[in-house]
Amino acid sequence: MPKPHGGKLISRTVKKELSETTKLPKLEINTNLSEDIINISKGVFSPLEGFLHNNDLENVLHEKRLMDDTPWTIPILLDFNKQDINEIKEGDRILLTNKENGVIALLDIDEIFTYDKKTLAQTVYGTQDTAHPGVANVYNMKQLLLGGKITLLDSKTRKFDEYNLSPKETRILFKEKGWKEVVAFQTRNPPHIGHEYVQKTALTFVDGIFINPIIGKKKSGDFRDEVILSSYETLIKNYYLKERAVMSILRTAMKYAGPREAIHHAIMRKNYGCTHFIVGRDHAGVGNYYGPYDAHDIFSEFPDLGIVPVFFRSFSRCTKCGSVVNDKICPHDQKYHINFSGKKIRELLRNGEIPSEDMMRKEVSETILKFDKPFVE
Amino acid sequence: MVEGKDEKKYTTISIPTPLAEKIKKRIEGTGFTSLSSYVTYVLREVISGMEEESEEVFSKEDEEKVKERLRALGYLD
Repeated sequence: MPKPHGGKLISRTVKKELSETTKLPKLEINTNLSEDIINISKGVFSPLEGFLHNNDLENVLHEKRLMDDTPWTIPILLDFNKQDINEIKEGDRILLTNKENGVIALLDIDEIFTYDKKTLAQTVYGTQDTAHPGVANVYNMKQLLLGGKITLLDSKTRKFDEYNLSPKETRILFKEKGWKEVVAFQTRNPPHIGHEYVQKTALTFVDGIFINPIIGKKKSGDFRDEVILSSYETLIKNYYLKERAVMSILRTAMKYAGPREAIHHAIMRKNYGCTHFIVGRDHAGVGNYYGPYDAHDIFSEFPDLGIVPVFFRSFSRCTKCGSVVNDKICPHDQKYHINFSGKKIRELLRNGEIPSEDMMRKEVSETILKFDKPFVE
Repeated sequence: MVEGKDEKKYTTISIPTPLAEKIKKRIEGTGFTSLSSYVTYVLREVISGMEEESEEVFSKEDEEKVKERLRALGYLD
């Protein structure tokens, strides 16, 4: 099992008498930031112990590394406006709160600093185009940043918590299962046959697969979280060896930062104890902002990442081969290839139709169709 | 203020000139733009390869608690 990123699994959760903190200045934060706090506190973002300082931010932007040379590509930042909180200064301790997640956390402020949104957008997303959802988020950020360590004091029990394992829990789970090599698969959709092919191809060479759907804010037309989870449960129950597959969710906002985010996704899975990470075509991409294999190429910049990327190019069903293929293994013309179109599968399911079994397992389609409203409205 | 904020980010290391020349030839036409970037890459690779596997340091009590939850959720038999 790999060491956590940076060498140590971070744990910054303390059960503390909340009455002790009532006099502290409070800053109400949005739900995405509260997810960041939970992820920091449970070690998903190890070695981060809090929100980035200015020097770490600069290094992440320009070197793709923290100041201590640890690979890190996505800045984890806490933004605020002066008017959000009574006067605060470096060295102060404040309380961060979020109603939706019930997050209450301490922040020890090391630094209050300004930043340049254009530089942030350009370096992380490779564009300043506000049509890019990540860039739009950057331009909506507040004026100032707070850097410092956090300590999570409390958070609410939430829907899907029964599927939510921390890195500490997955590490103990993998050890109990006797898995030395574990491949992680990230998803935001129910599985079609192409996904299953990728997962099982990778699984063939390791001890277990960690299926790790990202749960959270979705856009209209996306599959609802419960649909994704149920469909994977069905797939695992019917088509995987129970002792070889584990599914657990990850709550974090997609940034759509393409290659940089692929590295970030790999780092999180390393912290969960995975040795390998599947990277597909246009991983974490959106629109045409990134080349289809930019998220593969970036891994060559990180010989010290500590998790092995498993690259998959495009795959399809070849009617000549009679199986799922990729461009490395099939000699037949494109006219024999049927692509796994997520859009087409969604259309069929939206009309209550079951996609062909060449595209999606019947049991998976039926599971999805059992939901009155499988899609976000 | 954060400790080490103004720390120097780079340092100079001496290597034999013939070796430097060999490296310069070796990196011609590759993605490496300088001798320094190549040496940095190699050293990062070497150092990370020397890292030992994780020896978990969870306490027995902690581990039992986690296993209990994992059993309750059906992740462990």
